[in-house]
Amino acid sequence: MSAFAATFRRDAALMWAGGGALAPVGYFLGATMLVPLAMGPERALLEAAGPPLVWIAAGLAVLATLERVFQADLEDGSLDQMLLSPAPLELLVLAKGLAMWCVVGLPIALAGAPAAIALQAPVSLVPAIVLSLALGMAAFIGVGLAGAAVTAGVKRGGVLIALIVLPFFAPPIIFGSAVAAGDQVAAALSILAGCALGAAALGPIAAAAALRLQAE
Amino acid sequence: MISYLANPQRFMAFSAWAAPICFAAAVITLGLGLPWALALSPADYQQGETVRIMYVHVPAAWWSMGIYAFMGAASFIGLVWRHALADVAARAAAPIGATFAGLCLISGALWGAPTWGTWWEWDGRLTSMLVLFVIYLGYIALWSAIEDEEKAARLAAILCLVGLINLPIIKFSVDWWSTLHQPASIMRSGGSAIHPSMLGPLLTMAAGFLFLFAALTMMNMRAAIFRRRVESARARGGEA
Amino acid sequence: MSGPGPFQDKPSLRVESLTLARGERTLLRDFGFAAGPGGFVEIRGGNGAGKTTLLRAIAGFLKPRAGAIAFEGVEEPSLALHYVGHLNGLKGGASVLAHLRYWAGLFGAAPREEEALTRLGLRAQAELPARVLSQGQARRLALARLVAAPRPVWLLDEPAAGLDAQGRGVLSALIEAHRAEGGVVVAAVHEALGPAPSQTLTVGA
Repeated sequence: MSAFAATFRRDAALMWAGGGALAPVGYFLGATMLVPLAMGPERALLEAAGPPLVWIAAGLAVLATLERVFQADLEDGSLDQMLLSPAPLELLVLAKGLAMWCVVGLPIALAGAPAAIALQAPVSLVPAIVLSLALGMAAFIGVGLAGAAVTAGVKRGGVLIALIVLPFFAPPIIFGSAVAAGDQVAAALSILAGCALGAAALGPIAAAAALRLQAE
Repeated sequence: MISYLANPQRFMAFSAWAAPICFAAAVITLGLGLPWALALSPADYQQGETVRIMYVHVPAAWWSMGIYAFMGAASFIGLVWRHALADVAARAAAPIGATFAGLCLISGALWGAPTWGTWWEWDGRLTSMLVLFVIYLGYIALWSAIEDEEKAARLAAILCLVGLINLPIIKFSVDWWSTLHQPASIMRSGGSAIHPSMLGPLLTMAAGFLFLFAALTMMNMRAAIFRRRVESARARGGEA
Repeated sequence: MSGPGPFQDKPSLRVESLTLARGERTLLRDFGFAAGPGGFVEIRGGNGAGKTTLLRAIAGFLKPRAGAIAFEGVEEPSLALHYVGHLNGLKGGASVLAHLRYWAGLFGAAPREEEALTRLGLRAQAELPARVLSQGQARRLALARLVAAPRPVWLLDEPAAGLDAQGRGVLSALIEAHRAEGGVVVAAVHEALGPAPSQTLTVGA
């Protein structure tokens, strides 16, 4: 088994054993539930403005999972072992991100279907919303890894990660919300795919650079 | 010039006279620019007297972006060549950049109230500036959260460069977003065509902001270097 | 182990005029030693003297201010060494066996879980999650990396910490076997591990 596959398997298994997507998906649905409570239940109002708000819920749900991604590895000594792998650290970080996307990102994207319907999105738009969430999760996780890596040594760094990472959530939120609102869906989806690819490529590079410093 | 100043001793010698000179230059240019911009220059034929807010707003916007670029360059130098002074420079510049960004946002709001009839308009440029402001806050918070200064410097440098790569993408997406949500008609902020009579005070104010930035950054850096010297002397058991 | 030992290239480690610092504090100045095939270097020194920093510098985790660290007779530099530090590098949720499989993959080695379980005496615990292991068992699992993925140079930081008498016997046997195969062991210790070291260095004297 390659170092990439071993890392992916271990992280996915650990995340799954640690409750898997249950908490993040629950968080996502809970945050979605608050939207009509804040806006009021009028259908016309929700139809006009509700569906893009799944993106706020999705962004928050990912943020909540980021704090421990690298902090645990730093505290229990696993990071040292990752540094001794013949595989570059960037690749191992990518494997961790991929595991996170599979265990947390995809379930949230799928939970986006009922959430969007509850917020009165037209049913015909739901597949596009789920696809956009799947892409957006990759973009969130990519920049999230970089934010988690620079704060890995900070105790109770959750709020700090959020502050650091939130501005970089702007592009996926913008294009994802356009999909959810039914504006320029095709264009927004392709730009989202670009964001996802860019974040998946650059996030691990920045995160690995930060993790090497954390290990010093 | 940069490699010459990379030596802390030489920087201290240089900044000992350069910082006061920059500060004096800032006082002079702002002393000239403020009355020129706020009283002597002509009012705009469309916006009237409120155009004067632009003389603060625009230089603040320019330099808050310029300072981030400066921090990006310093972070790069700090990461690649491990120049401690570059780290100090990036850290020293950040609060000033954040203040300029905040000034830009506040002056934008003050200008928006009479012009748009609202204190806050989700206009593309203001929104990008708000994102930049939050990025500044995150950068400053990261610096203060990590105790080991050497580590903090490198990690903050990585964050700064991540931000530098992301800023054009954020700018692009916010522009895309604002054209999606707003018909182009409200966007007449009068920024594109500057009357020559406005150019003089605008550039004077911009120069004033730049001198102020240079002076404050050097003072911040000197304070940081002095503090480090005192700390390391105390750690060695001296009384400093 | 039958057949030729795994380290026929005669691995050795050379550390030359090393200077290490933590922040403003210089821990080691102009420090050097060499260890040939079968060598066992014992590093001694008080707390905070720089033993861990030295091992982490040799492992490549931190950059020395000056000096050089060279591995010779090592086919692939990225497969040269193991590091067992204060932290065991275990995940509470993963089983003993899952750790061994993960390490084989991570370190690019052929799987040899059975041998690792047997030699470290963890066969009965193979399916248990790491969180229920005793302190000594957890330490033995960390040391099982050394068997799960053979590498010529071992860097051990207080390897006996948390081990009982039996565990220390297992550790001694591991070190002796590794030396017999031509491997190099560098260990930071408070008290002697058992096998007679080929040299003893003191840091921060």
